[in-house]
Amino acid sequence: MIEALGIWVAAGLTLAIMSFLYGDNPIYKFAEHLYVGYSAGYWLIYTWHFTIKLMVIQPIAEKQPGAIFLVIPLFFGVLMLTRWFPRIAWMSRWSIAFTVGIGAGLTLTGAIHGYIIPQVKATILPLWTGNGFSSFNNFVIVIGVLTTLIYFFFSRPHTGVLGKTSKVGILFIMVAFGASFGYTVMARISLLIGRLDFLWSSILKLVHFF
Amino acid sequence: MNGENISFWEKLGKIDRRWIFLIIGLVVFIPIAFGLRMTVHVSPAVKSAYDTINRLPEGSVVMISIDYDAASMPELQPMLKAILRHCFDKNLKVILINFWPLGLPIGNQGLEEVAREYGKVYGVDYMNLGYRPGDIAVMLRMGTEIRSVFYGDIKGTPLDSLPMMKNIHNYDDIAVVVGLEAGSMGDYWVQYVNARFKQDMILGVTAVMAAGVYPYLQAGQIKGLIGGLKGAAEYEKLVNHPAFGHIGMASQSWAHVVIILFIILGNIGYFMERRRKRGL
Amino acid sequence: MLKKQIPLAITFITGVIIVITFFIPHPPFGRLQQDALTWYSVIFGFTMLLGVDSLVRFHYRKLRRREKGWWFSIIFYGGFLLSFITGVVSEVRFGDAFKIGSSFMYFYNTILIPLQSTMFALLAFFIASASYRAFRARNIDATFLLVTAVIVMLGRVPVGYMLWHKLPNLTSWILNVLQLGPMRGIMIGIALGTVAMSLRLILGIERTYLS
Repeated sequence: MIEALGIWVAAGLTLAIMSFLYGDNPIYKFAEHLYVGYSAGYWLIYTWHFTIKLMVIQPIAEKQPGAIFLVIPLFFGVLMLTRWFPRIAWMSRWSIAFTVGIGAGLTLTGAIHGYIIPQVKATILPLWTGNGFSSFNNFVIVIGVLTTLIYFFFSRPHTGVLGKTSKVGILFIMVAFGASFGYTVMARISLLIGRLDFLWSSILKLVHFF
Repeated sequence: MNGENISFWEKLGKIDRRWIFLIIGLVVFIPIAFGLRMTVHVSPAVKSAYDTINRLPEGSVVMISIDYDAASMPELQPMLKAILRHCFDKNLKVILINFWPLGLPIGNQGLEEVAREYGKVYGVDYMNLGYRPGDIAVMLRMGTEIRSVFYGDIKGTPLDSLPMMKNIHNYDDIAVVVGLEAGSMGDYWVQYVNARFKQDMILGVTAVMAAGVYPYLQAGQIKGLIGGLKGAAEYEKLVNHPAFGHIGMASQSWAHVVIILFIILGNIGYFMERRRKRGL
Repeated sequence: MLKKQIPLAITFITGVIIVITFFIPHPPFGRLQQDALTWYSVIFGFTMLLGVDSLVRFHYRKLRRREKGWWFSIIFYGGFLLSFITGVVSEVRFGDAFKIGSSFMYFYNTILIPLQSTMFALLAFFIASASYRAFRARNIDATFLLVTAVIVMLGRVPVGYMLWHKLPNLTSWILNVLQLGPMRGIMIGIALGTVAMSLRLILGIERTYLS
C-alpha cells in the first residue's frame, strides 16, 4: 500500500513538473516550491550527519588521537554562521578567508600539475610516425590546439598571419562546439527517456496492484 | 503562388512549440511502451574502460565515486550498475564514495540492489564510505590514509571493524578509481589523484561533459571513458547484462533523427524566408 | 585590522602553506597539510547551511509581507518541515537517516528524485524547440558547428550504424582527433585563467570574497 502510494505521488509530481510544458501554472509552482523546500531540509540533515556527527562528534567521543583539536575548525565553522547577524557578520570573513586560501592554493597546484603540464606534454606529438593516418591525426591535434590558443590571444589585433591563424582556430572551435552540442542533445534526451520510462513502469505497476 | 509558399514557410517557422514538445514526447515514449530494441556497437573508449577492470586479478579493490544526483541518474545509474555487475562477476572488492550530497542515497541504493543480486556481503565484498565535505581535501587526505578522513563508513561503523578494509589504507591499495561524474569532480580526480598519486582512473560522465573529457583519454590521464546513456548501453553489452541503457537506445536514436529533421526543416524555412526578403 | 587585514593574512598564509606542502610533503609540512585539509573539510561543511538560511529567510519575508504568490511559500515550508522532521526521526530511530527503508529515504525517493529528475528532463523539449527555431547555418562557422553536431548525434546512436556502417568510426575520429585540439586549447586557457585568479586571491589583489 505504502509502495503504491509512493508511486502515485512520484508519478503525480512528475506530471506536475511536466505541466510546465503547456504553460506556467499553479500545479507546477506547487511542485517547484515543494522541491526547493524539501532540498533545503535535506541539506540540514546531511550537514548534521556527515559534517558535525561523523567528522567532529564521533572522533571526539571515541577519543581518537588529536580529535580534540577539531573544536577549532568547528568554532570557525560556527563563525561562518555569524553572517546571519549583521553586527558581527565580519567574523565570518575569517572562516571564508581560510576556505578561500586553501581552495586557491589547491587550485593553483592542481591546475598546473594536473592539467596544464600533462595536456601540453600530450600535445607534443610526432608529426611523422611512419604511418600516414596517425601522422595526419597528430598534425590535426597539434594545429587544433595551437590555432585555438592563438584565437584566444587578444593582446594583439587579429590581423595578418595572426588573423588568418585565428580564423582557422575559430573553425576548429566550431567543430568542438558542434560535438558538444550533439552530445548535449543526447544527454537531454536521455534524461527524458528516464522519466518517461519511470512513468510507463509506474502505470504498469499500478495496473498490476489493482 | 510564390506568396502562398513563402507564407507557408513563415507559418511553419512560427509553429507553437507545444507541437514540437508533443512530437518529441511521442518519439521518446513509443519505443519504450512497445519495448523496441536496437543493436549496440561498442566504442574503443568504453572497451578500454571495460578492459581496465577486466584485467584486474580477483580480490582487487575498485573505488567508485558517486558524483551525480537525480538529475543525471538516467545516464549514470545504469553505468554504476553495469560496472558493479562487472566487479562482482570478477569477485573484485568495491568501495563506494560520494561527493554529491543529493546523490548519496541513489548510489547507495544501486550498490545494495546489485550486491543483493550477487549475494555479496557488506564489509567483506563491498562497503560504502559515504560522504565527507571538502572535495579536493578529502581526495588528497585519502592519499595518505583513508582513515584520516573516514574514521567510519556511511553508518559510522569504524573501518577497522570491516574485514575488507584491513589492508586498505590509501590509493596504493586501490587498483582503479571509477568516477561517475555529472560535474567538476571528475576534473579533480584526474588533476589531484591521478596526477599526484598516479592512480589509474576511469571516468563515466554525462553526455554533456563527454566531449571535454577526451583530452584526458588521449593524454593517458584516464584509462577509459564511458559517455552518456549510449556508453552505459555499451558497457551493459560488454558485461552481457542489457538493462536500462539498452531500453533507451531506440528512443535515443529516433529522437536524434527527429531533432536533425527539425534542424533541417528550420534551416530550409530560414533560407526560403531569406530568399523572399532579398526579392529573388 | 580584524575585518580586513587578518582575513587577508589568513588567505595568504593558508594559500602559501598549501603550495609549499605540495613541494615538500615530508614532516612537518606533510602533517601541516593534512591538518589544514581536515580543518578545511569541517569548515566547508558549514557553508551549506548559509544557502539554506537564505532560502528560509526569503520565504519567511514573502509570507510575512503577503507578497505575490506568498501561499507557495507555505508549500516551501511544508516540504522543508517534512524533510527535516523525517530526517530527525530517522536519525534518532536508526542512528542513520540515510538507512534504506527509513521514512527519510522513502520521501527522498518519492519526492526529491521525481522532482529533480523531471526538472532536468524538461530540457529535452526545450533543446528540440531551440533546434527547430534557432539553429541556423547563417555563415561558415555555424555550418561547421551544425554539420559536426549532426554527425555526432547520428554516429553515437545505433541508427547511425544502420545508415552507414562507417559513421560511428567517423564520429570517433571527430571526438578523438578533430575536436580534441580545440577542446584542449580551451581548457588550457581556462586553467591559465584559474591559476591567475588563484594567485590574485592568495596575494590579496582580489578581495571580493570579503564583502
